[in-house]
Amino acid sequence: MTTDIQSPICAMPHRHTEKIVLGHGSGGKMMTDLITQTFQPPLANPALDAGNDAGVVQPPPHTKLAISTDAHVVSPLFFPGGDIGRLAICGTVNDVAMMGATPLYLTASFILEEGLEISILEKVVASMQSAAEEANVQVIAGDTKVVEKGKADGLYISTSGVGVVIAAHPVGGECAKPGDVVIVSGTIGDHGIAVLEARGDLGFQTQLKSDVAPLNHLIREMLNVSDQVRVLRDPTRGGVASALNEIAQQSGVCVTLNESAIPVRPSVAAACEILGFDPLYIANEGKLVAIVGPEDAPKILDIMRQTRYGEDAVIIGEVQESPAGRLLMKTALGTTRVVDVLAGELLPRIC
Amino acid sequence: MKYITEYRNAELVKKTISQIKNIVTRPWTLMEICGGQTHSIIRHGLDQLLPDEIELVHGPGCPVCVTPLELIDKALAIASRPDVIFTSYGDMLRVPGSRGDLFSIRAEGGDVRVVYSPLDALTIARENPEKEVVFFAIGFETTAPANVMSVLQAQRLGLENYSILVSHVCVPPAIRAILGSPHNRVQGFLAAGHVCAVMGYWEYLPLAEEYQIPITVTGFEPLDIARGILSTLEMLESGQVAVKNAYKRLVTQEGNTSAQKIIAQVFEECDRKWRGIGTIPKSGWRLRPEFAQFNAEEKFDLQDIQTEESPLCIAGEILQGLKKPRQCPAFGKECTPEHPLGATMVSDEGACAAYYNYRVVD
Repeated sequence: MTTDIQSPICAMPHRHTEKIVLGHGSGGKMMTDLITQTFQPPLANPALDAGNDAGVVQPPPHTKLAISTDAHVVSPLFFPGGDIGRLAICGTVNDVAMMGATPLYLTASFILEEGLEISILEKVVASMQSAAEEANVQVIAGDTKVVEKGKADGLYISTSGVGVVIAAHPVGGECAKPGDVVIVSGTIGDHGIAVLEARGDLGFQTQLKSDVAPLNHLIREMLNVSDQVRVLRDPTRGGVASALNEIAQQSGVCVTLNESAIPVRPSVAAACEILGFDPLYIANEGKLVAIVGPEDAPKILDIMRQTRYGEDAVIIGEVQESPAGRLLMKTALGTTRVVDVLAGELLPRIC
Repeated sequence: MKYITEYRNAELVKKTISQIKNIVTRPWTLMEICGGQTHSIIRHGLDQLLPDEIELVHGPGCPVCVTPLELIDKALAIASRPDVIFTSYGDMLRVPGSRGDLFSIRAEGGDVRVVYSPLDALTIARENPEKEVVFFAIGFETTAPANVMSVLQAQRLGLENYSILVSHVCVPPAIRAILGSPHNRVQGFLAAGHVCAVMGYWEYLPLAEEYQIPITVTGFEPLDIARGILSTLEMLESGQVAVKNAYKRLVTQEGNTSAQKIIAQVFEECDRKWRGIGTIPKSGWRLRPEFAQFNAEEKFDLQDIQTEESPLCIAGEILQGLKKPRQCPAFGKECTPEHPLGATMVSDEGACAAYYNYRVVD
C-alpha cells in the first residue's frame, strides 16, 4: 500500500464576505474590497469614483451654500416605510433644504459593528442610493469604521450635506412675523409611532408606515410660487411642538396652534392615547412646518397639495406678537394653553 | 376613537358648563382626586370655562408624586446592583430621589428598563434567569390587579428571580386624611374613575355619610369632568349628601370583584407614607407574608437609606389642596420639569408639571 505524499498546503484565508469583521475597517485590502464592492457601485458618481480623500465638485458661481450634518441611529435598522439608509439621506437633504436651498452633495460616514451581516449593509446602501436618486443628490465622499461587537447597535450613519441657496429672500427660524400663518405638510407623528411599533414596544399593531422622505422638491415648488416663505423646519425629534417653540424663540413671536386643525392619523392618535404621549412631540421624518405670509398662504398650500409629500398640507396656526417666545394652543373647547418644550425623553405614563 | 372623541365634544362640554353656571349660587371648592383628571382639566383648559364660584383644587392622586422618597431611594439602590434588571413604568425614571434618579443609575451602567406592564417584567425575568428582575410596583388601586397578577404568575411559573418593590396607596384613606385636616377647604369630591373601575364605589358611601360630603365618580375626558362637577354641584346646592356615578360606562358600585379578590389574596393593608404628606394610617398595601419571596425589600439588604428632601418644595401642601403650584416660590425657577425638586413637577399628572406645561406664565 502506498501513500501519496502531498506537499503541505496553507488553508485559504476566510474571505469574510458575509459578516463585518474588524479587518473591514483596517485600511487594508478588506476595506478596499468593501468600498469598491458594497459602497461604490450603487452610489457611483464621478467625484466618488475618483477614489480620492475628498470629493471635488464645482459649485454654481456666486451662490450661497447651506451646509448641514446629522448622525443617524435607529433601532430597528429596518421599519415599515423606511430604514436607516433612507433616513440618513433624507435627514440631511431635508436639513439643507429647510434653509431654502437645493441640496446637491452628501458625504456619509459609517460606523459598523463587528458581526453585522454584509447583506444588511448592502440593503441599506441600496436604500440610500434610491433615496439619493429621488432627492437628486450625490454621495461624493465616505468613510467606514468598524467597532468591536457590542460597541454599536449594528450600524450608525452620519451624513453631511451641501446645497445652494435658491430662495431670493431670507429663510430661517428668525424670520417669522406677526400675522403669518403656520402650515404643516401632512399628518404628524407617523415616523415615531411606526418605529415604536417596529420595536415591538406597542404591544398592538397599527398599519402605520414611517413618513421618511426627501422634501427638497416640495420646498422648491413652494419657493417658486412665493417669496413669503419665511421659515421652513422639519419637525424631527421633539416633533412639531419643539420645532415651533424654537421658531417662536428665534423670531421673538408667539405661535398659536388651532388644536382642531392639526392632522393626526387615527392610529397615531390611538397609540398616543394608550401610551400617554402627545402627537405634537412625536418625531416626523417626511414633514415640514412652514411659516408664510398670509397673502400667499392659499397659493403655497395649493402648490404643496399638488406634490407627493404635501398632499395633506393644511394651516394649523398663526403668528402673533405676544407673549413672545411662546407656543400656545387654542383647544377644541376654545380655551388656551401653553405647549412647552419637552423636558427630556418622552416617557409613557403609568396610568 | 370610540368613547374618547364623543367625550371631547366641545358643544356638549359647553352645554354642561352652562348648566353649571345656571345652578351655582355661591362659591364652592371641589377636589379632583386623580392626577389624570388634573392633567385633563389643565390640558383642555376646562377650569377657564368654569364660573368664578367653582374652585378646583388638585388632589393627591398622582402615584408618581406620592411615592415616598425612601422607596425611590430603595429603587435607586436596587437598580444600581450589577445582578439586577430594574423595570419600571416610564415616568418613574425621572422622579428625584435623595441623590439622582433612575436615569442617572442607567447612565452609570445600571440595567433599568421601561415596561408598559408588570407582565413584561415577568417576561424579562423568564428570559434572564441569571439576573434578579425587580418591578417597581407603584400606584393606586388601578395598577394593583396587574401587579398582583405578576406575582401570582411568577409563583405559578416557579420564577425565583422575580420580585416587586411595592409602594401601593389607596384613595379612601387619603380622602379621610384630607377631610380630617383642620385646614381642609374641600366641600365636594370628584372620585377617580379608574380607581373605582377596579374597586367600585361602595367604599365611598360611609365616607360621604360620615363627613357629610358629596362625591361623584368621575372620568377623565372634558365632558366626563364637566358632568362630574355638575353632579357634585347639584348635590351641594341642594344640600344632598350622596355618592353618584358619572362614569357609568366603566364603573359599577361593586367594581371588578375578580380583581378585588386577587388583590386581597396577595396584598394586605398597611400604614403608608405619602411623599409630601406624611404617614396615613392603613392607606396602603404591601405583600402578604406568604408572598415574601417576591418582596424586593426583603430580598435585598436595604439598610442605611438616608433620605433628604428639598427644603424648597411645597409638594405636600399642593397635594392636600392647600396651595396652588404658582404659590410655590421655587415654581418655574429652581424647580422645572428638567430639574424637578419634587415629584409633583415630574409626572404629567403632577399638578406642578401640569401648570408648568400648559399654563401661560405672565
